[in-house]
Amino acid sequence: MYDFLTGMEFYRFLKGPMVWFAFIIFTGGSAYRVISLVYRSRNAKVIYTYMDLKYSLRSILHWIIPFASTNMRNHPWMTIITFLFHGCLIFTPVFLLAHNMLIQESWNIAWWTLPERTADAMTFIVIMCVVFFAIRRLVSPEVRFVTSASDFVILSIAAAPFVTGFLAFHHLMIDYRLALNIHILAGEIMLIAIPFTRLSHMLFFWLIRAYTGSDFGAVRHSKDY
Amino acid sequence: MFKVERKPVADLGMDDTAKGLAPERIEKVMRWVLERESDARLRTYVETCIHCGLCSEACHYYLSYKRDPSYAPVSKVRQTLWDILGRKHPADGETVKKYARIAFAECNLCRRCSMYCPFGIDIAYLLALVRRICGLLNVAPQYLQDNTNSHIHTFTQSWVGQDDYVDTLQFLEEELRMDILNARIPLDKTGAEYMYTPHSHEVTFKTHLLANMARILNVAGIDWTMPSTDGWENTNQAMHAGYYETMGMIERKHFEAAFRLKVRRILAGECGHAFRAAVYDGTRWLGWKTPPVPYVSAIQFFYELVRDGRIRIARKIQEPVTVQDPCSFVRNRGLGEMLRYIIRATCEDFREVTPKLEHNYCCCAGGGVINYGPPWKFIRMEGGRIKVRQFRETGAKIVIAPCHSCHKTIEEMSDFYKLGLHVLFANELIVKTMEVPEAMRAVQQKNEGTGGV
Repeated sequence: MYDFLTGMEFYRFLKGPMVWFAFIIFTGGSAYRVISLVYRSRNAKVIYTYMDLKYSLRSILHWIIPFASTNMRNHPWMTIITFLFHGCLIFTPVFLLAHNMLIQESWNIAWWTLPERTADAMTFIVIMCVVFFAIRRLVSPEVRFVTSASDFVILSIAAAPFVTGFLAFHHLMIDYRLALNIHILAGEIMLIAIPFTRLSHMLFFWLIRAYTGSDFGAVRHSKDY
Repeated sequence: MFKVERKPVADLGMDDTAKGLAPERIEKVMRWVLERESDARLRTYVETCIHCGLCSEACHYYLSYKRDPSYAPVSKVRQTLWDILGRKHPADGETVKKYARIAFAECNLCRRCSMYCPFGIDIAYLLALVRRICGLLNVAPQYLQDNTNSHIHTFTQSWVGQDDYVDTLQFLEEELRMDILNARIPLDKTGAEYMYTPHSHEVTFKTHLLANMARILNVAGIDWTMPSTDGWENTNQAMHAGYYETMGMIERKHFEAAFRLKVRRILAGECGHAFRAAVYDGTRWLGWKTPPVPYVSAIQFFYELVRDGRIRIARKIQEPVTVQDPCSFVRNRGLGEMLRYIIRATCEDFREVTPKLEHNYCCCAGGGVINYGPPWKFIRMEGGRIKVRQFRETGAKIVIAPCHSCHKTIEEMSDFYKLGLHVLFANELIVKTMEVPEAMRAVQQKNEGTGGV
C-alpha cells in the first residue's frame, strides 16, 4: 500500500487522467449548479421581477471589499482573517511556480508566478486561518451551536492541499513522494467537492448577494451592508 | 452540546391543535410548503450557509438573552428547517409545536440578520416558511388565529363591524368640528387624491389617532376620503399566521375599495405590518409587482407636508426626544431619513439612537408578536431588553414610534422597566406642534388657542 501511494504509477495517474476528471467535474458541476439555479428561479414570482444590476453590484462590492460593511467592521479580526484566507486560498494555487511549470510542460503556456517565499508564506497563512476557524468552531458558543462534523470535513477539504503542499515543499514529516501524491489528490478532491458541498458558496455568493442587494436597494430603498 | 431551555407557555392555539395532528398530515403539509410553494431560494440558502454564526449579533433576541446561542438566526434555522429538510424530525404534534414556538415567538421577521449575513441570506424568508407550515397545521398562537378569524368575518383585525366604523367616523367628525371649522371626514368621495386607511384600533380604543389624521388632512387642505365599506382597514395578521390565502383576500378587498372610489393614492396609517402586507406580501400574493394603487405611508406623507409647507410648525417640543425605526418602514422601505426630518422639524432636542436607521433593533413586537396576547407578553419584555438599554442610553423622555406594534410594546416596556418614557406616533407629534390657521379655528378654539391631542 505504502509503495503504491508513493509510487510513480499513482503519481502519473493523479497527474494525468485524474486531473482531467477533477477539472471536468469542477467546471461541469459548477455550470450545472449555477444554470439549474438560474433555471429554477424562473418559477419564483419574486426573483427576476425585482433584479436590478446597479444594486446587485452595490451589494457585491460592499461585501468583497474589506470593512465595507457594518458587520465586517464589527468583527475586525474575523474580517482580516477571512479575507486573508480566501485571498491566499485562491491566489496561491493559481500563481504558484510549480503549478505553472506543470502547465507549461503540458501546453506551453505560462503566466506570472509568485516568488517562492511569498507563496510559501501564503500557504502558511491559509493553514493558520484554518486552525483559527477550527478553534473558533469549538470555542465560540454561537458557532459551536450550529457546527456539525460536516463543517470540519469541509474545512479539512480546503486545508488538505495546503498542508500537504507545505509538507512536500519543505520535505517535512513525511516522505516527499507521499506528500506530493496526497497533495495532488487533495487538490483534486477539493475541486470535485466545490460544486457539491457547501463549498459551493464560491458559486452562490454572487447570485444570493445580487438578489438580496436588489431586494434591499431597488425594492425596499434600504441598504444591506 | 448546548441544552435549549425555554419557559413553558400555555397557548390553546398551539397546545390543543398540536395534540391530535396525524403524522401523514404533517408530512403532507411540509412537503407541500417546502417542495411546491417555496422557490429556489430555500435550498440555495440552506446549502450555501457556511454556519459561520456571523448573523448572531444581528438578532435582538440573541442580544437580549445574554448571547444565548440558541437565539441566533442561524440556530433557529438549524432547529427547524435543517431538521425538516434532513428528514431528522419526528412527525408529531410536539415537534410542530417546537417549530411553531421558534418561528412565531423567537423571530419577528425583521430581516436585520439579512444585513449581517456575508451572503445576504434572507433568514426571515426561511422562518416565514416554517410559520406557513405551522399555520397550515393550525398550530399558531391563539390570539393570532383569532385575529385571522376576525379578518375573515369582518375584514378587520379586531372584530369591528362596518356599522361601528361608520358610526365612529361620524362621531369623530362631529367632535373635530368643535376645533376645526367645517371639518370633514369625507366618506365614499369618488376620485379623491388620497384614501386614508387606518388600523382598526383607530376606530376602537385609539380614536384620537384617527381624529389626529383627520385634523391634519383638514388643516393641510388635502383632497381625501375614506370608504364606508369593508376593505377600509389594512392590517393583515393572516400574513403573520401563515394563512396566505386569507392574507390575499384581505388585500384584494382593500385594493378593491380604492378601485371603487377611483382614488389616486392610498394613504396608510402608522402601522408597519399593514404597510408591509399591502406593499409587498399581499401585493405579490395577488400577482402584482407593486401595489396597484400607489401606497403612501404616513411618514412620507407628513414629510412632504412639512417640507412643502402645507402645514406650518408653530412650536417645538422641548423635552429630549428619541426615535424607534419600525422595520417595515425603515429597514424595509428606507423612510428613516424622512422620519428624522419630521422629528427635527418638530423637536428641539433630538437624541439619535445607536444603532440607527436600517441597523436599528426591532422592538420585539413585530411579525405579529404584539398580537399573541398575555401568554406571550414576557417574550416581548425579555426580548426587548436590548431596546430598553438603547433608549436608556439616549436619556430621552419621549420616543417617536410611528408603528402600532412598536408603540404598544415600548409603552409596555416603559411600564415594565420603569423607564418613564412617553411614546408618540408621528401624527401626535404633528398635531402637538402644527399651527391651525386662524380662519380654520372653530369658535371655542379661537378662545383657547389650539386644540390638544
